[in-house]
Amino acid sequence: MRSGGAVSMEKARVFWLANAAWILPVWGGRDMGTYLLHRLFHMVPILVGVSLLTFVLMSLTPGDYYSKLENNPQITREKLEQLRAKAHLDKPWHVRYGYWMSDALRGDLGYSLEYKIPVTELILMRLWNTFLLALTALLIAWLVALPLGIWAAVRKDSWVDRGCAMVAFLGLSIPEILLGLIALLFAYATGWFPVSGVESNRYIGVDTWNAPRLLDRAHHLILPALVLAASSLAGIMRQMRSNLLDTLRADYVTAARARGLGEGWVVGKHALRNAINPLLTIFGYSLAGLLSGAFIVENIFSWPGLGRLTLEALTSQDYRLVVATVVMATALLMVGNFIADILLAWSDPRIRLRE
Amino acid sequence: MSNPPASAAPPSVRPPRTPWQLFWSRLRQRRIALVGGVLLVVLYSAALLAGFVAPYGYEREDRARFFHPPVRPHFSGLRLVVPQSVPVEGRQYQYEMRHDRVVPLRFFVTGDEYRLLGLIRTRLHFCGTDHKDHPVHLLGTDQLGRDVFSRLLHGSQISLSIGLVGIALTFSMGMLVGGISGYYGGWVDNGIMRLCELIMSVPGLYLILTLRATFPPDLSSTRVYLLIVVILSFIGWASMARVIRGMTLSLRERQYVLAARALGQTDLRIILRHILPNTFSYVIVAATLSVPYYILGEVILSYLAVGIQEPQASWGLMLKDAYSNYQHLQQFPWLLAPGAAIFITVLAFNFLGDGLRDAADTKA
Repeated sequence: MRSGGAVSMEKARVFWLANAAWILPVWGGRDMGTYLLHRLFHMVPILVGVSLLTFVLMSLTPGDYYSKLENNPQITREKLEQLRAKAHLDKPWHVRYGYWMSDALRGDLGYSLEYKIPVTELILMRLWNTFLLALTALLIAWLVALPLGIWAAVRKDSWVDRGCAMVAFLGLSIPEILLGLIALLFAYATGWFPVSGVESNRYIGVDTWNAPRLLDRAHHLILPALVLAASSLAGIMRQMRSNLLDTLRADYVTAARARGLGEGWVVGKHALRNAINPLLTIFGYSLAGLLSGAFIVENIFSWPGLGRLTLEALTSQDYRLVVATVVMATALLMVGNFIADILLAWSDPRIRLRE
Repeated sequence: MSNPPASAAPPSVRPPRTPWQLFWSRLRQRRIALVGGVLLVVLYSAALLAGFVAPYGYEREDRARFFHPPVRPHFSGLRLVVPQSVPVEGRQYQYEMRHDRVVPLRFFVTGDEYRLLGLIRTRLHFCGTDHKDHPVHLLGTDQLGRDVFSRLLHGSQISLSIGLVGIALTFSMGMLVGGISGYYGGWVDNGIMRLCELIMSVPGLYLILTLRATFPPDLSSTRVYLLIVVILSFIGWASMARVIRGMTLSLRERQYVLAARALGQTDLRIILRHILPNTFSYVIVAATLSVPYYILGEVILSYLAVGIQEPQASWGLMLKDAYSNYQHLQQFPWLLAPGAAIFITVLAFNFLGDGLRDAADTKA
């Protein structure tokens, strides 16, 4: 039994080596390290481009952070000019961008005009919340979707498969905003879940971390994470099902069955391993969806994350904060895609050799 | 040709079916796609004739009936009637249904003035009551006593059309840019693709809201409508252009493209007439499946208070109103009706899109 598997693995390896051999001289035999470095360098111009784009957009915005003080009789015109000069708001946008960029290159993203604390500090606090929310949702989605997808594929056309298909359709069609609002209503009606924030009010300003506090955080996390997981869950489930169905139709699976291997072995060892591979690609996509979805969920559940911070910063025209949050969200997404690429390159040699 | 003599043609020989006929016959076999299609036809017809189907105007406030629950017409003999409702003395937002005193539900009644299809001034409505003091609120009323059903219909004009206008804009731009990028290659391709990457690398909503912030928050609803479409298309075209570029890369090597070039056709004409039509089957499926993106875009922007403004109605705005007060929503669940409408619409588009995809996939 085992020898059969080992032979096919060995064959596969020889096949890839034979196919890859002609690429090697062209690319100088790129290994994993150079591939990753190449991908990493690719991120830099995009991040710079995003910061520039955000800067231009923010400068097109009518008014600025201090516009709302103009009608305040207690603040003189001179004072306002001083404040603007301090925030570089009296200069054209490209000069302002130059100031910002030279600071940013030294790792200083400046002070938030609204909160009067360094933007980096503010974002790190919020980033962690968004990250936690997205990661929990990701875990829920994959841990539920993969077994369901496998189950639906193995029992194709049974009531299980139909049920899963129906649930997936509903999951894909129900917008996060609606699901979030229904969850909120549910929390209000039953009182089982808290409706806003990351923790209860009694922990505000408390620095100690103990078990009840962690439990309280988890309690706050459940509902937003479930809402966020729901939409990507359906997509992953359908993808898993169709991948597994494809591999189950492959010749090597028929061959494995013909050799008299048990069905569990055939599915688990031969089909499933090959079916997982394409899913790594949608890992990146699902992350993009999660980040945008987190924006909505954060606003519905008053979850102090990056999305909410961005919205607040946009409303108050706190330009440094806006640029920093948008760049940070982009970086988060790109790191996610980067991880997906690493996984993909690690599992499929064709990719790192071709790129 | 179309009707040959029966004796000349053997019964087994039929004219070959065109790709579109094949596509249509495959689509008809998928019941769920047809269900989606029929639903969409109904929704869009209702939106088109919203003023006529809706019993009241979207602005009309019934000051005597805030948060009135939905009423269900029933038969009394051969007539459809609705119970009269009377506010309960001393209790806010409570109404007593007087089933012993009913008003008949009439069809083709006169009511609020509106413009049919935006052109014809008329007062004719599909249904309603003759009594001014006893209106029929099929889905209840909101916090200002406005008829939810009527607002839902008027709002669908905005919410549903945004999807169609949005994809029309996105796809024409995406196809043209993608076609040019793939056809010319070189630095043109490089530049365009880097721009696409830039747009696609920012998480969607962050870019949408930043773009929205570059315009004043209190625009009129018509301007906001156009703005939403433009913003959503500005982001949407990038992914479309990338896919079309990929397809063009392989299509431009085909012999008919070479033939067209040998005949001296211009590049633009080759792209528009020979390359892009070959991407249509993909484009139609992708377009159907991406309409919900635009509908939800409007919903989210309106929900975050930077979209359509009062007194106009849109589904996102109605959801925002509904959720401005939790106690209200718990007591008056019919305010969730726009949510159900959004869900049904998205579901219908997904049903249709899924069927189209299966029908266009000739491999299966």
